[in-house]
Amino acid sequence: MSDTPFDRAAKATPPTVASKIRGLSDRAIAWIFVLPTIFLLLAVNIFPLIWTINLSFTNFRANRPNREVEYIGFRNYERILTDSDIWLTMQATAHFLFWTIFFQVLIGFTLAWLINRKFRGNDLWTTLIVLPMMLSPAVVGNFWTFLYQPQIGLFNYGISFLTGVDPSSFQMIGDVTLAPWSIVIVDTWMWTPFVMLICLAGLRSIPDYIYEAAEIDRASQWRQFWTITIPMVLPFLMLAVLFRGIENFKMFDLVVQLTGGGPGSITELTSINLKREAFEKWRTGYASAYAIILFVTVFGLASIYVKALNKVKER
Amino acid sequence: MKTAKLLAATALVAASGLTVTHAQADELTLCWAAWDPANALVELSKEFEAQSGHTMKFEFVPWPNFADRMLNELNSGGKLCDLLIGDSQWIGGGAENGHYVKLNDFFDKEGISMDDFAPATVYAYSTWPKGTPNYYALPAMGDANGWFYRKDWFEKPEIQEAFKAEHGRDLAPPKTQMELLEIAQFFQEREIDGQKRYGAAIFTERGSEGITMGATSSMYPFGFKYEMTPGKYDMEGAVNSPEAVAGLEFYKELYQTATPPGYTDSYMEQSLDAFKSGQVAMAMNWFAFFPGLYADPDTGGDKIGFFVNPGQAKEASTLGGQGISVVAYSDKQDAALEYIKWFAQPSVQKKWWDLGGYSCHVSVLNDPGFADSAPFASDFLLAMDGVMDFWQEPAYAELLLAMQKRLHDYVVADQGTAKEALDKLIEDWTETFEDEGKL
Repeated sequence: MSDTPFDRAAKATPPTVASKIRGLSDRAIAWIFVLPTIFLLLAVNIFPLIWTINLSFTNFRANRPNREVEYIGFRNYERILTDSDIWLTMQATAHFLFWTIFFQVLIGFTLAWLINRKFRGNDLWTTLIVLPMMLSPAVVGNFWTFLYQPQIGLFNYGISFLTGVDPSSFQMIGDVTLAPWSIVIVDTWMWTPFVMLICLAGLRSIPDYIYEAAEIDRASQWRQFWTITIPMVLPFLMLAVLFRGIENFKMFDLVVQLTGGGPGSITELTSINLKREAFEKWRTGYASAYAIILFVTVFGLASIYVKALNKVKER
Repeated sequence: MKTAKLLAATALVAASGLTVTHAQADELTLCWAAWDPANALVELSKEFEAQSGHTMKFEFVPWPNFADRMLNELNSGGKLCDLLIGDSQWIGGGAENGHYVKLNDFFDKEGISMDDFAPATVYAYSTWPKGTPNYYALPAMGDANGWFYRKDWFEKPEIQEAFKAEHGRDLAPPKTQMELLEIAQFFQEREIDGQKRYGAAIFTERGSEGITMGATSSMYPFGFKYEMTPGKYDMEGAVNSPEAVAGLEFYKELYQTATPPGYTDSYMEQSLDAFKSGQVAMAMNWFAFFPGLYADPDTGGDKIGFFVNPGQAKEASTLGGQGISVVAYSDKQDAALEYIKWFAQPSVQKKWWDLGGYSCHVSVLNDPGFADSAPFASDFLLAMDGVMDFWQEPAYAELLLAMQKRLHDYVVADQGTAKEALDKLIEDWTETFEDEGKL
């Protein structure tokens, strides 16, 4: 009679280890397996978080280790929340978040819907469409600066070709009105494929028999779309929005390469502003308070959103 | 047998000698920005390697990342650099935070006198607190923001004629900021040799120090200063004086009316590119680049001319340049000091200038042949006579970032007025100095 996999595993276990484990309860063994992870979590996530909260009440500067650290209460928080420049960066972030998600969902879903229809070259198109998201954000930011260049940039020439305006008459990166849109365009170009893939997964998870039943009931294409496709893809769409929302809230590399936060501070997102405070001005205590405010904001919004997502899934 | 013993003894001595040499020889790492003078220093340092037996390693970081990279290195007590040619503004932080070795005792012991170096460079690159005889660096690379122009275009008869018709005077390198603006505007979008050209390439970079270095080149000559009383941090009336406002408004006009399109985030590299590609008639940049520009086969030689930053109410140029310091965290401080001793020698300083570095040594600068030794040498002397520098406080990075933001908001993003920008700058700086306990 041949050994079962369990027999083989038992034989492979050294007797000393086996004897040591023998006598321990299941709970104890579970703890042994889980403890290293808990320790890592505490060391890498929880401790830094608590330490950051502690620093946020001080005037500590990491580049002045010898300077006396004073506890200044909520002064850092007060300064941040009353600083009009910080509110401008929040506005810039909100503009970036809203429009990137809006366009990515709109275009991503449309592309997924088109790709989901069987046609020749379907696979090739899918591969081509997902190419941008395989690039490094820093590289994307860098080469789009060339595309946006008023004198030689292809983007400006493209717009000129379509509208007839002089290509060097507008500056996507240098103009206060256009710069916020320049980062929205690039992020949409890069990350729409990601939303498309998630939507495609949602569309392909809808069983064909539901559409067949709808057709037997003589439901129109339009009605099928609104009553079958959209509700069944909605959890996937909401997941895509969550991922993109979290990612874009901490957007840094692409925008730094593209505009550096300029012109002026028009495209200075909170992550860029925070980095400047923490690692260029070295106001560690202040930056810690800033980070905590952002953390609470993201955590709060994400919690509300996840609850809504769960409700949609339960439907 | 005797011969054999003699040979053995000789071999032993030779071997022990070799061992001693290896034990004393260190590998020194010198950190600096990645630019033309750094290549000249690599060449120069070969002589030090041959003389001392030490080997030199170089860590050159591109300018936009130089401050970030090196200040992080110093703040973390890193041992990457034994010698650092750090920016002049770092001297306060370097001294107060213990990053740089104080060199007074070493200078006294080795007979290195600061009187042998140009006073402006000693003040700017070596001393902290400013002007006191506490030395944390040896002046290594004198530099200031200057200008270069397309001499061949300036000399074209049709251009000369058109300029005279427009302005009633001959086209020549500007003597004042207003003349600079006129010339830049004259060339803006002018067709020369069948191509559209632009007036001037100036600094507008937001991320590091670009726009501050560029705008102060206009603001200093108009009368901008940091304090009413040096050392008192009384900025009201100095930073936002009518002269400072006029200087900043001037820079914005220069940016808006006389630069190439899309010139919103440009610094040294972009200025060089704009000039070398034939886009602009004039460009600002550091003197450090001038030897390379003059040697350029396409736009150098007879095609290029140089001029010192034009004055307005007074003559003034924005200071660049650096001193060389020994990093306090280095394990090879003795060898690093040996390098400084070698570098301070007049003969080495002469060779430094010959290779393309800007010596600060008076024996080089006061040499009767110096002014004629390069087409930009006399302008360099003029510039160094009137240099002004940014704050050199330990909190310099914070002070600089505030100015970058306020200037970029006003000049490039066209937000608010010059007065508002400078008023806000005073608020930012006041907050910083209060945090520092200086106000």
